[in-house]
Amino acid sequence: MSRAAPPLFRSAGVRLAVAYAAVFGLSALVLVFVLWSATRSLLNGQVDTLIQVDAQALAERWRQAGAPGVIASIDERLVGNVDDDAVYAVIDPYGRIVAGNVRNTDLQPGLPTRGDISELVLPRHGTRSVARLHRVTLPGDYSLVVGRDVDARAALRDLLAHTLAWAMLLVAGLSILGALVVRRLFQRMLHDVSDTAAAVSAGDLSPRVRLSGRGDEMDRLATTINAMLDRITRLMDGVRQVSNVIAHDLRTPITRARARLEHAAASPASDAELRIAIGRAVDDLDGITAVFQALLRISEIEAGARRSAFEPLDCAPMLRDLAELYVAVAEEQGIRLVTVVTSTLPLRGDRTLLQQAVSNLLDNAIKFSPPGGTVRLAGQAAPGNVVRIVVADEGPGLTPEELARATERFYRGEAARHTPGFGLGLTLVRAVAGLHGGSLTLLPHKPNGLHATLALPAARLPHRTADEPPALAPIGQHEHVAIGR
Amino acid sequence: MTEPTLGMRVLVVDDDRDVAGYVCKSLAEAGHHCTQAGTGQGALDCAAAAQANGIPFDAIVLDRMLPGGMDGIGVLRTLRDRDDQTPVLILSAMAQVDDRVAGLKAGSDDYLPKPFALPELLARVEALTRRSRTTGPETRLVVGDLEMDLLARTVKRQGTRIELQPREFELLEYLMRHAGSVVTRTMLLEAVWDYHFDPQTNVIDVHVSRLRTKIDKPFATPMLHTVRSAGYMLRAA
Repeated sequence: MSRAAPPLFRSAGVRLAVAYAAVFGLSALVLVFVLWSATRSLLNGQVDTLIQVDAQALAERWRQAGAPGVIASIDERLVGNVDDDAVYAVIDPYGRIVAGNVRNTDLQPGLPTRGDISELVLPRHGTRSVARLHRVTLPGDYSLVVGRDVDARAALRDLLAHTLAWAMLLVAGLSILGALVVRRLFQRMLHDVSDTAAAVSAGDLSPRVRLSGRGDEMDRLATTINAMLDRITRLMDGVRQVSNVIAHDLRTPITRARARLEHAAASPASDAELRIAIGRAVDDLDGITAVFQALLRISEIEAGARRSAFEPLDCAPMLRDLAELYVAVAEEQGIRLVTVVTSTLPLRGDRTLLQQAVSNLLDNAIKFSPPGGTVRLAGQAAPGNVVRIVVADEGPGLTPEELARATERFYRGEAARHTPGFGLGLTLVRAVAGLHGGSLTLLPHKPNGLHATLALPAARLPHRTADEPPALAPIGQHEHVAIGR
Repeated sequence: MTEPTLGMRVLVVDDDRDVAGYVCKSLAEAGHHCTQAGTGQGALDCAAAAQANGIPFDAIVLDRMLPGGMDGIGVLRTLRDRDDQTPVLILSAMAQVDDRVAGLKAGSDDYLPKPFALPELLARVEALTRRSRTTGPETRLVVGDLEMDLLARTVKRQGTRIELQPREFELLEYLMRHAGSVVTRTMLLEAVWDYHFDPQTNVIDVHVSRLRTKIDKPFATPMLHTVRSAGYMLRAA
């Protein structure tokens, strides 16, 4: 699903690039301006010192050698002025220039007041250039103007201005290019996300956001979105399965109950028969209710809504209590229930759900064990900070295909066809394991039977450090062995 | 201890008239008096009126979802705020465990998810009133010729000592405390084992039958009876 590219200025990439160009241009401007004013004041300072010193020297000369001495000095200086940037003028009391290299008329418009430094545009060598002039008073109402052409400074300013202009142009050009590149990058990055989201909104839950493999922010976003989609898919699958089940699996008992009641109502039967029929229909309804409750419970667990009931608990006494509950049932059927549970197995979890999960495993194991068989219940701490609960039986076990599907809702293995149950027991165990961040593993038990392992993350005991081996106490204190019969 | 709890006054609060009707009918058949209310406010009015007349209810069966602004939990809170300690059993279509916890926290004494079996409801209501009547610690329970010493943790029938496992002792204690009343499997599972789920196989039956071989088999008359499609009842031989 592709979408037309948005108009240029409605693209976040372009806005970003323009903002970037503006910031860059402004900073170039500020930089050049600061550079310019610093250079300018430095150059002016140098020129000013130079002309002030020069003027002082000439004034001193006037006092010693009079006008002819000064004029000679000026001529001498003009000859030695290789850069041809010096400006001199000796002005008589009537305002006429009597010596120097400027004409009277040129100076007239902005002759500096005495003792001051000012800038004036002078026509020199056919062009007009800027000069800084200093005027000092000489005895006899004469005055002396000493100046320097600062055209070099103007050249520098022009150069900087040019540079700035070019820089601006370059910034503009680069930012347009940048805008296009960033927009393209943005589009490439968001394209996948937005396409995936659009497909999901349209009802197809299968697409996923591609990962670039760079592990950057976009990858993290993509991973989060994909995880969210996986979760939604699983929940949707659950809902779909439940709907399918309501459509198919519940029809059977409902049909049966209905037929039974109809038959009882229609055919003339004795009171006793009627009662039996009604009783069976109630049993059917109870069965339907049980399926519903199990389904709701599983959905609730899979939705992860039950973690609020988590508490720190010790699995060991819980397992021993369950073993005590089931050992009697096992004995009734001539089955040995052997329990080996470590003294303490702390973890965080939902007590009722864990009890129900282990109870389901024990139910199954006892249900499928042949008379004289042994069911083993073990609870141990395993490497990797795991509490491992194992229930193993010596029943017919499951074929590899059955093993793969055993935890599906309503799946029943071949051996289970003629036993009571709905095929939800292991689904619930798996859901409980998932809720606790653990896993349910089903393996064939040698030579026959099923080996169900519930692995749950253990809680660290507050008083035992990790490096201290837990097996220091004698075995007898650690292991609880209960053998039925 | 042995006489059945008869003539209880029970207030049934449920907006579904059919359900309330059946509940009342079966309570009446068991010898109790039943009053119905369809809303939360109606329930509070009934309870207040009964209290004022000096004949308060012995138990209240309260549906969680009620029309008219005040739900079952609201009714329960108001009752407890009024310092009305009438035992309350909450009925709810919300069967999640968290709902059960919320109901118990709000001050209910028991919780039964819908759909329920009428015998289960009846047994639980009777157990509620039984619980509220026994106050203070007891040291000895007696049902007919069966005696239990709670301190020494010994059981005797016709003067003969019977050896019981700790769990069997607790099971018998619960049955003796509810002697004359039906006790369901779920009630036993909750009270004796503290389990709040339904095991697929009937584990309770096995434990009860073991207890039966110890307290009934050696003697001429049985005390521990199975009540069809309901549960068990212990009564004097």
